[in-house]
Amino acid sequence: MKFLSDSALERLREGAEAPDLGGTRYRLLERIARGGMGVVYAAEDENLQRRVALKVLDVPGSDGDLANRLIREARVLAALEHPGIVPVHDVGTLADGRVFYTMKFVEGRRLDKYIESVISIPDRLRLFLRICDAVAFAHARGVLHRDLKPANVMVGPFGEVLVMDWGLAKILRPADSDASRVADPEATIFEKPNQPATSGDVTQISAVTGHGTVMGTPGYMSPEQARGDVEHLDARSDIYSLGALLRFLLTGKPEGTTAPDKSLAAICAKSTATSPAERYPSVQEMALDISRYLDGLAVGAHRESVFEKVGRFYRRYRFFILLIAAYLAMRVLILLFMHR
Amino acid sequence: MNKVLLGLLLGALLGAIDGGSAWFTPAVRAQLAGIIFGSTIKGLIAGVAAGIFARKVNSVPLGILFGLAVGFVLAYIVAYMQHGYYLEIILPGSIVGMIVGYATQRYGAAATPATR
Repeated sequence: MKFLSDSALERLREGAEAPDLGGTRYRLLERIARGGMGVVYAAEDENLQRRVALKVLDVPGSDGDLANRLIREARVLAALEHPGIVPVHDVGTLADGRVFYTMKFVEGRRLDKYIESVISIPDRLRLFLRICDAVAFAHARGVLHRDLKPANVMVGPFGEVLVMDWGLAKILRPADSDASRVADPEATIFEKPNQPATSGDVTQISAVTGHGTVMGTPGYMSPEQARGDVEHLDARSDIYSLGALLRFLLTGKPEGTTAPDKSLAAICAKSTATSPAERYPSVQEMALDISRYLDGLAVGAHRESVFEKVGRFYRRYRFFILLIAAYLAMRVLILLFMHR
Repeated sequence: MNKVLLGLLLGALLGAIDGGSAWFTPAVRAQLAGIIFGSTIKGLIAGVAAGIFARKVNSVPLGILFGLAVGFVLAYIVAYMQHGYYLEIILPGSIVGMIVGYATQRYGAAATPATR
């Protein structure tokens, strides 16, 4: 009797998992990634003749909590039209009963891989500012991401930054946000009992998160999110994640390290303060501090000593100061030459 | 501050300081007021020229070169009229031109379009 190899079994499993796209305008190309609740495939939109990314649930059925979550994720994304947020094209149910949605196929690299080729700190900060733009936009629309981390940010071939995977997003203001208007709150209510955070990459998902539910990524999720204090989550929870992400961009680790510059270290520390009240009140204010740092100005998170002020002034006006110094040196030389 | 105004103010200031340095040369100390006035005007002209250039051409190296050239030409004219002190007048005058050329490119604000 001959046994199948592991790779052959894996291929068989993938074949069995592959969604049935019959009756849709999409043609399956290849599997890209597996997420917490489904698989993302590359597919071709045969009507428009373009590549799309197709996210499909593992399990059939369009009325379960996972199906509701996927539909809700698609609707939240559809309401967040921003250059820094991946756009959704379509949502529906396949012939095999699985819920899917299609979105822009992003040809790029994950931030944690891309950043290896970006050496300059200012370039990394400018990249970070573009992530802040997208997150600030979502916050303005009343949506929290709740899983900001390098693996959920893609950088395209032209340097475009896209914040991905809004599967854990939380709608903050049900009454007035665009995102909430498209989502059906009745269809997405689902609660899970209290569970502690695990050390895995993503811990837990649910359609609408009940109080006590823990989800997110250790190292990037805020303390209140790790406690499952869902009712009290606000923009400052994402600011914590952004602070951890910033620290990753500067040091290669989301926590336990100190940024190479005092001002940047202070920005990281303020963003990832244990108490939300001590963090930046909004993403815009955090981005403003980063912009001020890039412009050679003092940042709000750090009170400078006189020496630090002088050093920063010198760095900002270095060439001008050197020109003046050259002029004065030349003047002294001329005087010495004349009085020789 | 817009580029022309920055060039004008910085050129005049550096020109006045440049002229004031003549105090260290006892032979010309009696004409100090005239030297300061002339040097200020020279710096002012160089500054305005560098400011106008910075409005048209957005390049720090070209701005420095232009400032150097204008400073050199103006200082040469002054030295020629003085019949001497070529090095003492041309060298600082050229560097002042460079400084103004750099400053107008680097720190001058671009003109904003008028709004109705």
